[in-house]
Amino acid sequence: MITASAIEERLRSIVGVRHFRAATASDTVSGVEPKFVAEPASEQELAALLSSANEAQIAVIPRGGGTKLAWGNPPKRADLVLSTARLNRVLEHAWADLTVSVEAGCTLLTLEEKLAQHGQRLALDGLQPESATIGGILSTNDSGVLRLRFGALRDLVIGVTLALPDGTLASSGGKVVKNVAGYDLPKLTTGAFGTLGIITRAIFRLHPLPHSTRTFSFAAANPRDAERHILAIQDSRLAHTALEVRGESAGQIFVDILFEATEAGLAAQESELRTLVGESGVERSGKELWSAREGLWSPPFENAVVAKLSVLPSAIAKTLRLMEEIASPRSVRLRYVVQATGLGALRLEGEWSSLQAVVERVRSELESGGASLVVLHRPAALESLDAWGASGDAIALMRAVKQQLDPKSTLNPGRFVGGI
Amino acid sequence: MNRKLLDEFRAIVDERGLISSSEGLHTYECDGLTNFRVMPLAVLLPLNTEQVQAIVRLCHREKIPFVARGSGTGLSGGALPVSNGIVISLARMNRILEVDLPNARVVVEPGVINLDVTGRVQSQGYFYAPDPSSQSVCSIGGNVAENSGGAHCLKYGFTTTHVLGLEVVMPDGSLLHLGDKTLDRPGYDLAGVFVGSEGTLGIATKVILRIVKRPECTRTLLAAFPSTNEAGAAVSDIIAAGMLPAAMEMMDQLAIQAAEAAVQANYPDCGGLLLVELDGPVAEVQFLMERVDTLCRKNGAWEIRVAQTDSERALVWKGRKAAFAAMGRISPNYIVQDGVIPRTALPQVMSEIRRLSQETGLRVANVFHAGDGNLHPLVLYDRQIPGQEQAAESLSFRILELCIAAGGSITGEHGVGEEKKVMMSKMFSEPDLETMQRVRCAFDPLQLSNPTKVFPTPRLCGEKPGQYVAHPLESAGVAERF
Repeated sequence: MITASAIEERLRSIVGVRHFRAATASDTVSGVEPKFVAEPASEQELAALLSSANEAQIAVIPRGGGTKLAWGNPPKRADLVLSTARLNRVLEHAWADLTVSVEAGCTLLTLEEKLAQHGQRLALDGLQPESATIGGILSTNDSGVLRLRFGALRDLVIGVTLALPDGTLASSGGKVVKNVAGYDLPKLTTGAFGTLGIITRAIFRLHPLPHSTRTFSFAAANPRDAERHILAIQDSRLAHTALEVRGESAGQIFVDILFEATEAGLAAQESELRTLVGESGVERSGKELWSAREGLWSPPFENAVVAKLSVLPSAIAKTLRLMEEIASPRSVRLRYVVQATGLGALRLEGEWSSLQAVVERVRSELESGGASLVVLHRPAALESLDAWGASGDAIALMRAVKQQLDPKSTLNPGRFVGGI
Repeated sequence: MNRKLLDEFRAIVDERGLISSSEGLHTYECDGLTNFRVMPLAVLLPLNTEQVQAIVRLCHREKIPFVARGSGTGLSGGALPVSNGIVISLARMNRILEVDLPNARVVVEPGVINLDVTGRVQSQGYFYAPDPSSQSVCSIGGNVAENSGGAHCLKYGFTTTHVLGLEVVMPDGSLLHLGDKTLDRPGYDLAGVFVGSEGTLGIATKVILRIVKRPECTRTLLAAFPSTNEAGAAVSDIIAAGMLPAAMEMMDQLAIQAAEAAVQANYPDCGGLLLVELDGPVAEVQFLMERVDTLCRKNGAWEIRVAQTDSERALVWKGRKAAFAAMGRISPNYIVQDGVIPRTALPQVMSEIRRLSQETGLRVANVFHAGDGNLHPLVLYDRQIPGQEQAAESLSFRILELCIAAGGSITGEHGVGEEKKVMMSKMFSEPDLETMQRVRCAFDPLQLSNPTKVFPTPRLCGEKPGQYVAHPLESAGVAERF
């Protein structure tokens, strides 16, 4: 049996005293306080820390910017926080090949600034770009309004290097956009909440920054009207980049649309949009509209639940009506932004017991129709509210994958779907 | 195969769904990679998911390996049978089950032909984007296995981009669902892992596809350059100008001559032909097409044509899509390779290919998805000349080594299959491959589903690589190892 102090000593010796410290209250993860925090300088150090922890059977919480650390269920155990803060370099921006290789701890903003020097971008509008890191964004599969046009992270990531609990550093994918050699582990680890391995670096395909952009917004009479417009625009030959419906309890509902093109192209798109939707009511707006999702994340959080919805585009109106019908009698207030992809962000505010009842009821209704609701934030008092909901018939296979890569459940134990 | 077992298989699929005569089995002894041939024990042609499950359960019980097969057009030997196993052909499961236009989803069985998906939705203005050159005959199930690409994946993405969900018969015969019609179903993205796993993780029996609205217009420009280097420089300039064309294809002189001989696409005879397709709203496409024209001329294009009508466009593409088969016009035999390089490495890799070609005396024609760096060198040879087939194989592998050295990949869309598994350890390290194996073991612990493919050295699940560890009996002096 290794003693606690021997484990601590071993971990400290890997990163050195300056980068190893006792955890404090600010390191708490959903109410669970870890013991240590380590900041490795290299992926080799990170892998060594992880395998030492795995050997000693202590639980590891990978952490990037910490902006989404409360997402998922509370960990069953938490001992060592493994921070990627020092793994923060942009390794190679091969701009002429439209790819970038970046370490996991680099923030999205830092990366985007670097890419913009060559007129390029990672086509992803993640939350809190100034603090959120590439590793955290990938692990939580964050995506915003650009997803409609450019796809999810799964479509943008072309390579990852992973540290596994046994200390293996394994790469999959590569530096080229088109590549079918071997299994697609970048997709497996995207959205895996760090439960299979710790992403140490990633390679992305890039897109050019747009020549010009134009945002329009118009009011919809009700959810059905909004959905009708969304489906009609999707069925049209407009080449929009983003399209969303935005609203709140007893408030006005808006449809927002973003075009990215040359000036010549934009003028034609605008006139077609006006023809399609009707001349009146289509207003040119500022790009700040596109931070509506971020806006759902403003404090205070004591009486709020923030969730991610996934429904079929043709079920957007039904879902919005259903939520209002369930929330309103319990005095729970809703704010939402739902993309034309059917993915939405939802904020509910109210008494704790009402919040819980509304979330459970809405989730059960959605799940019966093949949709899902994932709770991202809930007040401490509602910690028992499952983040994930039903996991489907593939859960046994998911557990088998977990068992193969992290047999001792060292990484983020209990945080993922089905108790993984 | 013993008679009793054969009877059990027959009971599942009926007489018409079972092939066991040797003349019948010959049809299935290879796929599009015809220099590898193996006779399976039997071929089964199930009609539905339940039959696939029953077959796989029987295989699992008897530990018989199985290889799923679509249309058999694969170019890496992915559907090559294994000698002690059966082939499960999904060709009869070819129904389009559901078309959901408001949500742009189509649900199909795996035997549905790629082009038939588009055929079903084109009158409503939609299409299925992945377009491998074999799209008029290849099946969606095969596309899923190989993560097939095509000329238009530069803009639209690959098969994996367009598969939202799968019904899968697992290697033990159980049935489960990966992904869904809605996005981001909670849990691991196992559909993302399954697509492109080359039949090694199970058999897809239903596939939920995403379809795409056809853009307002499509324009195709054809530019003739003195060599592929100038054409490559034009591609770089187009990318640097912030454009993302729907497709950018390049052919070298030999490939052009072959295509011309085969389908008379009326290509100019030049050192490097570039085909650029833009699609989108008319105003946008017109504006950008002028810029493409300027950039091509700047880089030395001496002839530029823009296909004005659908039939002109179809003819331009016909030459490109027929390029592989066209090699038959200029050479008795040829090997198609499928390497990928970072696009900027093109001049250097092309000059190395020329050097290797001169060194070996074998001609190499090049067809290139220029936008994404996917290179298809076609190594021409004559099987009748002793030693030439081997020399051609070896040359095609040396080209793949060039691709790896340039930071690329050994396959962009054809898969690893049987042909290139030995190259996997040149592209990936042992820990990389070991990690993939672990994922395979989670799906298929007995390794029955298309075993012997993709990975260079199959390892039993649970077998630990690396350092030798003495058995406890050995350590205790009870047993010895020789």
